[in-house]
Amino acid sequence: MSEDLIKIRDLKVHYRTGRRLFGSGSDVRAVDGVSLDIRRGETLGLVGESGCGKSTLGRAILRLTEPTSGSISYDGEDLLSLSGGEMRRRRKRLQMIFQDPYASLDPRMTVGQIIAEPIRTFESVSRRDAESRVTRLMETVGLSPKFIRRYPHEFSGGQRQRIGIARALAVEPEFLVADEPISALDVSIQAQILNLLQDLRAEQRLTYLFISHDLRAVRHISDRIAVMYLGRVVELADARDLYDDPLMPYTQALISALPVPDPKVEARRERITLKGEIPSPLDPPEGCHFHTRCPYAVESCKRSTPQLVEIKPRHFAACSRIGPGTPDIRSV
Amino acid sequence: MNELPKTGKVEKGASLWRDAWQRLLKNRLAVFGLVVLILMSTAVIVGPAIIEWTTGYTYDFIPDDPTLYRSMPPSAAHWMGTDDAGRDIFARVLQGGRISLLVGIISTAVSLIVGVTYGSIAGYLGGRIDNVMMRIVDILYAIPYILIVIVLLAVFGSSNSPAWIKWLAATVGGEGNQGLSQIILLFFALGLVSWLTMARVVRGQVLSLKNQDFILAARATGVRVPGIIFRHIIPNTLGPVIVYATLTVPSVMLTEAFLSYLGLGVQPPYASWGSLANDGIKNLAIYPWQLIFPGLTMALTLFSLNFLGDGLRDALDPQTRKF
Ligand SMILES: Nc1ncnc2c1ncn2[C@@H]1O[C@H](COP(=O)(O)OP(=O)(O)O)[C@@H](O)[C@H]1O
Ligand code: SF4
Ligand SMILES: [Mg+2]
Repeated sequence: MSEDLIKIRDLKVHYRTGRRLFGSGSDVRAVDGVSLDIRRGETLGLVGESGCGKSTLGRAILRLTEPTSGSISYDGEDLLSLSGGEMRRRRKRLQMIFQDPYASLDPRMTVGQIIAEPIRTFESVSRRDAESRVTRLMETVGLSPKFIRRYPHEFSGGQRQRIGIARALAVEPEFLVADEPISALDVSIQAQILNLLQDLRAEQRLTYLFISHDLRAVRHISDRIAVMYLGRVVELADARDLYDDPLMPYTQALISALPVPDPKVEARRERITLKGEIPSPLDPPEGCHFHTRCPYAVESCKRSTPQLVEIKPRHFAACSRIGPGTPDIRSV
Repeated sequence: MNELPKTGKVEKGASLWRDAWQRLLKNRLAVFGLVVLILMSTAVIVGPAIIEWTTGYTYDFIPDDPTLYRSMPPSAAHWMGTDDAGRDIFARVLQGGRISLLVGIISTAVSLIVGVTYGSIAGYLGGRIDNVMMRIVDILYAIPYILIVIVLLAVFGSSNSPAWIKWLAATVGGEGNQGLSQIILLFFALGLVSWLTMARVVRGQVLSLKNQDFILAARATGVRVPGIIFRHIIPNTLGPVIVYATLTVPSVMLTEAFLSYLGLGVQPPYASWGSLANDGIKNLAIYPWQLIFPGLTMALTLFSLNFLGDGLRDALDPQTRKF
């Protein structure tokens, strides 16, 4: 069994926009050449500002959005070459948890129907068997089974997210894309859901792609973290390394913006403020996408596209001005 | 509700339908409309038989010596008086109600079937197909609907009716029933012009639904396209569709009245509320009851339908209240 469950190579997802009956519009390059491996049993955090393509990447891995080009291999099998029907059968193994726990539950169905739907889709089980499995799933995610006949609008945000998690677990998947599963919840509930996800990972030996726009949310749950900027992965490292020693200027800026608990450190530390706005993915800058805001940008950054390079052991960054010999951008 | 008890009886949830029903029951006008419509439907279904049984009058019964019975004011024998042929207006209003309500219901059903199918195909397929389909709707919109109905009735009316309509008329009303086949044609003609808005309503709904996360979630859990359409999309479009259908019924009934006024609708001895009112207008100055009773009955029904439709809209979609 190979260590990598998922291998993504040069994945691109472009959305057509503004296309009328005749003529053509321009494309939104939501994911623009991502290569990434996800290891069996790990939690890979995926962070980046809103709009950088995280959700699109997550959905493309499950082929809920069709990629424009590139390849995704899942457990040694090329997902993008599967027919619609074959892909449908694989869906048992790959599941998703959504950001908005209200929008992701059909308002006309009861909790029992929602959680049972994937079971009934994949297996021919009797009503009673399905019900007893739903009951167990509800207990697993911390919901009382006596609410099985209730409707989504009768629950709080945190409880709805538990329903969504139970639905995702119903077919006993191996891989879960959790797309900002806590960002729509009250702060007091966030930790509960994070703990639930962490417990489930251990109990059911799950692999997670955990998406968030908030570096703090992924810090504790992730083994490794990938940082995205305008459709590309710009840094990838073990969670600790990424926080303690960010290499790529964009990651450095993100981390320097995080508040530090110790007030003395907080007062002394230097903060990198980025100039300008994030450019539109409709018309991203040439070369390094970050060059319009990078404090270290030079002329060549506008021309050549930097690749993810292993700068330090297990620590990858995409910046053409640093390398294994010169890992620190400040001293280049 | 954060700490949940681990045991206990299964609690019944309140579905959105039940919630909506309870909101509807709190709306006085809507309840009034609903009650009136139920009474009106019962009256037109069983009323003519009761009148015939108690008084011997039917909608087309003309007494042997009509001069004695023409245009009589309301009395114990004729609650709504008689018309200028000596027929009992009460019996005719009830019989006309059958046709008026049927025109409303059948035409709305036709527009529902065509509109929902057309709209959900356009919305779900999207892209270029959607674009072409909706341009066609735009073009049809631009043609005055009354023109379409008139042309349809002129081309297929009377002796030119398609065979299946003649067959339908013969089955329902007996051999060679020309008046009835005109009415049946009217049902379909009105239905076929009133599906346009329905198609737009449904397409808009489907378009906004198909990108919702719960549709994505259904796809992610392997649900096939028919399952997505029938289990998720259609139940969620039903609210606005019901509301719009309820409001289509009165508008179709009014159109029928207008067509009858032009002489294109229901022909004697059949009657609809529209044609009765039209007959009554001629004698308004001398025999006002010939207009007042059919007119009031129709107005009451139209108001009730509109009250019910508005109430349903508020009940099914509490977010989009009228401004
Ligand atoms: N269905 C779509 N059609 C067109 N553009 C889209 C669509 N979905 C997302 N986008 C665009 O793609 C970019 C990336 O979006 P998304 O993947 O949702 O980002 P994130 O999850 O990181 O916030 C955004 O600019 C967004 O506007
Ligand atoms: S390649 Fe250039 S612009 Fe991009 S991050 Fe490195 S220094 Fe900045
Ligand atoms: Mg997102």
